[in-house]
Amino acid sequence: MMIAIFALGALAGASGLLLGFAAIRFKVEGDPIVEKIEAVLPQTQCGQCGYAGCKPYAEAIAAGEAEINLCPPGGANGVAALADLLGREIPPLNGGTGAEKPKMVAVIDEQSCIGCTLCIQACPVDAILGAAKHMHTVIARECTGCELCVAPCPVDCIHMTPIAETITTWKWAYPGAAVRAAA
Amino acid sequence: MKEYALILISTILVNNYVLVKFLGLCPFMGVSRKLETAMGMGLATTFVLTLSCICAYLTDHYLLIPLGLEYLRTIAFILVIAVVVQFTEMVVHKTSPVLYQALGIYLPLITTNCAVLGAALLNVQERHDFIASALYGFGAAVGFSLVMVLFAAMRERIVVADVPVHFRGPAITLITAGLMSLAFMGFSGLVRG
Repeated sequence: MMIAIFALGALAGASGLLLGFAAIRFKVEGDPIVEKIEAVLPQTQCGQCGYAGCKPYAEAIAAGEAEINLCPPGGANGVAALADLLGREIPPLNGGTGAEKPKMVAVIDEQSCIGCTLCIQACPVDAILGAAKHMHTVIARECTGCELCVAPCPVDCIHMTPIAETITTWKWAYPGAAVRAAA
Repeated sequence: MKEYALILISTILVNNYVLVKFLGLCPFMGVSRKLETAMGMGLATTFVLTLSCICAYLTDHYLLIPLGLEYLRTIAFILVIAVVVQFTEMVVHKTSPVLYQALGIYLPLITTNCAVLGAALLNVQERHDFIASALYGFGAAVGFSLVMVLFAAMRERIVVADVPVHFRGPAITLITAGLMSLAFMGFSGLVRG
């Protein structure tokens, strides 16, 4: 009995050591540049760049398939930050994918909402609460302002409101990128 | 030498794992929808089955039998197979990203393929020596790959064929598998004499 336990334990231990060693020895580095690019992108997951979200866009940039000026929510500052990260010239924001807008959140006019759940399905970040035939509402803190919920609404009860700058929402602009963009 | 050739023919055709012994039916049904995936699965299984048969043989002969622990074979073999699969995945991931992408999800799935454990246990049952064990595993895997590829090619044609409504989908797939199994049973006539 004890021999069995020890033998199996030793086998399992040896296997564990082997796998642990292999995990270190054969470690595969993820592409670190993708993560750096993704950290700069605004994480709206809006898809305005033509990719399914911020991560796919970051991967496309890293692979050299996409230009760095396709992200309207990031704006000129975002493009400048990307150019800075990748050591490239700062291109102007590509107008084809949308214009830069102030940061906004979606607001549902709850009087007109018919509870169709179409906007819930469109939301990439699950920021809309509600159920079928019940009123929906937007969790403002989660909303990235991607506008993907505006088009599916059959009664046009969703509109985008700019976030008023208050003490809690105001942030310093990225100084380095802005300076370089101006220069 | 003749014995080794017989082992290969026996495992590939006469005692085919999928169609005669009915082991490893899950990937046979699950991954045979497209020819490419069937080939990938066959390749990965061949690699893992041969390697795990060797490792299981070593475990059995140098650990279990000297200590009189033959009754722990099943659990010990499962452990060894899981480790072999995991280790293979890591090595392939590091050394050949292209192959890793081709094998993809099928590599870890092989852990749960009962043909792998079946081959290791049958090796013990048939008292194979080291080379015979490795060949037995390799032959079983080649037989598995052969049947996978044949079956996937047939399924690709069945999809576009005009099948009667009640036989469409899984029904005709199972019938095809049954007919293939009947055909492979015919190979047992090879052994006579």
